[in-house]
Amino acid sequence: MNSRGVHIAVASGKGGTGKTTIATNLAAVMSREGLGVIYADCDVEEPNGHLFLPPESERKDEVSVMIPHVLEEKCDFCGICAEVCQFNALAVLGSKVMLFPSLCHGCGACMVLCPKHAIHEAARPIGFIRSGRFKGLSVMGGSLNVGEAQAPPMTKVLKKRLPGELTVIIDSPPGTSCPVVEAVRDADYVVLVTEPTPFGLNDLELAVNMLRSLRRSFGVIINRSDIGDARVSEYCRNEGLHVLMELPFDRKIAEAYSEGKLIIDADNSYREKLRSLMQAIYTEIGHV
Amino acid sequence: MYEIVIASGKGGTGKTSLTRAFAELAGPAVLVDCDVDAANLHLITKHRVIEEHDFYGGKRASINMERCVVCGICVDNCRFDAIKMIPDMKYSFGERVEVDPLACEGCGLCARLCQLDAVDFHEVKNGQWYLSETELGPFLHARLGTAESNSGRLVTLLRNRSREIAESKGLDMILIDGPPGIGCPTIATLTNASYLLIVTEPSLSAIHDMERLADLAAHFGIGTGICLNKFDINEKMGLQVERFAASRNIPILGRIPYDNAFTTAQLQGTSYMQVGSHAGIGIIKNIWQEVRMNAVSGGSGLKRRFAI
Repeated sequence: MNSRGVHIAVASGKGGTGKTTIATNLAAVMSREGLGVIYADCDVEEPNGHLFLPPESERKDEVSVMIPHVLEEKCDFCGICAEVCQFNALAVLGSKVMLFPSLCHGCGACMVLCPKHAIHEAARPIGFIRSGRFKGLSVMGGSLNVGEAQAPPMTKVLKKRLPGELTVIIDSPPGTSCPVVEAVRDADYVVLVTEPTPFGLNDLELAVNMLRSLRRSFGVIINRSDIGDARVSEYCRNEGLHVLMELPFDRKIAEAYSEGKLIIDADNSYREKLRSLMQAIYTEIGHV
Repeated sequence: MYEIVIASGKGGTGKTSLTRAFAELAGPAVLVDCDVDAANLHLITKHRVIEEHDFYGGKRASINMERCVVCGICVDNCRFDAIKMIPDMKYSFGERVEVDPLACEGCGLCARLCQLDAVDFHEVKNGQWYLSETELGPFLHARLGTAESNSGRLVTLLRNRSREIAESKGLDMILIDGPPGIGCPTIATLTNASYLLIVTEPSLSAIHDMERLADLAAHFGIGTGICLNKFDINEKMGLQVERFAASRNIPILGRIPYDNAFTTAQLQGTSYMQVGSHAGIGIIKNIWQEVRMNAVSGGSGLKRRFAI
């Protein structure tokens, strides 16, 4: 059907479990193994991947969405545009049409249904996409402007701009709602990162339900595997989930992370672990 | 009435554990978990659900193939590529039309354009919300449906309910556990806030995320303070937090050392205040005093904004 490369998304229900650590290090290891890889940061509200993979000569391209622009000379203030807008982005008060741009989903209903053809569209910037290279690895990422509410349009644009044939590591936002769905919905494989705590377990279950409803194949990484109890492991066993890797808490890693360093550079044993993870994922994808 | 929001930008910095600890210090207050797509506060707060409600946050289209003649007007006009024609010999046109429920944003344009009334445009249940009783006060929490949208609307519903409940019970404090990120659920959480406490940690990522959240709070003119959690994980990065705070005139209300007791509390389903170290408990008490004072006085961030 298409000749796109493999897309591997790294996600989690709970935030702060280590998504970005896994995604950046996995991308870096794959690149060093000579594979053509792109790291794509889809956590567009709080993108952090570029802190670990600082691109040389970074390029920033503005991303815009289309919003209505009312030509007042044609408008007879009939109010149909406001009536059809499901997102309350338009209001007609007397002889004034008010637009609330951040509520607009860009569906075009107001424009298409305006009887006077008084609505055109205008571009409104919502953020930018950064792209560059870090030691041969392609790094891309969306960044939403502060104050913008909607992450999915930015993620959609970013995914459309990914070059087709390369393997893509997608760094997903936390949670289980629309920004995450947009990031992982067409991934060939999803890696869920969790931790062995009640919060980690609760949010892992939510993420597993989400991926099952999206019919994605996935595996689990248990990070800081020694800080909590066995309930996450038991859950994975009962649900027949593949645990790809367990990483014990390591203060050295926490320190490297805190300074924006790759853990594969902080300690050789992690390079091996990430290489095994890559192989485990490829085996899984081969089985799909 | 004071609405105090605990948020962080980045996940996993300790928002929920701190909110839970504050709830014990605040006296009776309304507790709200606004992290509706991965709610956790209920896991460490003994509660009894007294009301359960369905949440209908938006609409969605589906095609009635008994009426559809596969004209394609809906397919051509959908901006979200949510409607597809699929070859299917079961139908007389050799094709059927299908809506991808995940891609449909519920704009209703297809329903308005269809001449044959073949688009069913209906409300969708996006989740549930709950009112619970706790020893600490009324507790509002929710569960967004799997892979659902409209989290911002659900947050707004919880917040509006929390004000009504606070008024009816004569409580003047609402304590809100915020979502991660800076998008729609966070914006909906901050809309009416009296004060924002940003919980951060000494890492480049957390600092970067805190900056964006602080920008958002400034955009709304909300008084802000910082709590530096796990400050001893990297003292060098801790200095960066201090420099950032100073550059923005945001006070650091306290520094909490890394402490396994936060995990212990979670495992026991209770608050850090029950199992934490004497020193840690003292630090959190001080932070809460500062938060309360700042919230009541309108917040130093706000005052400075107007003074400039």
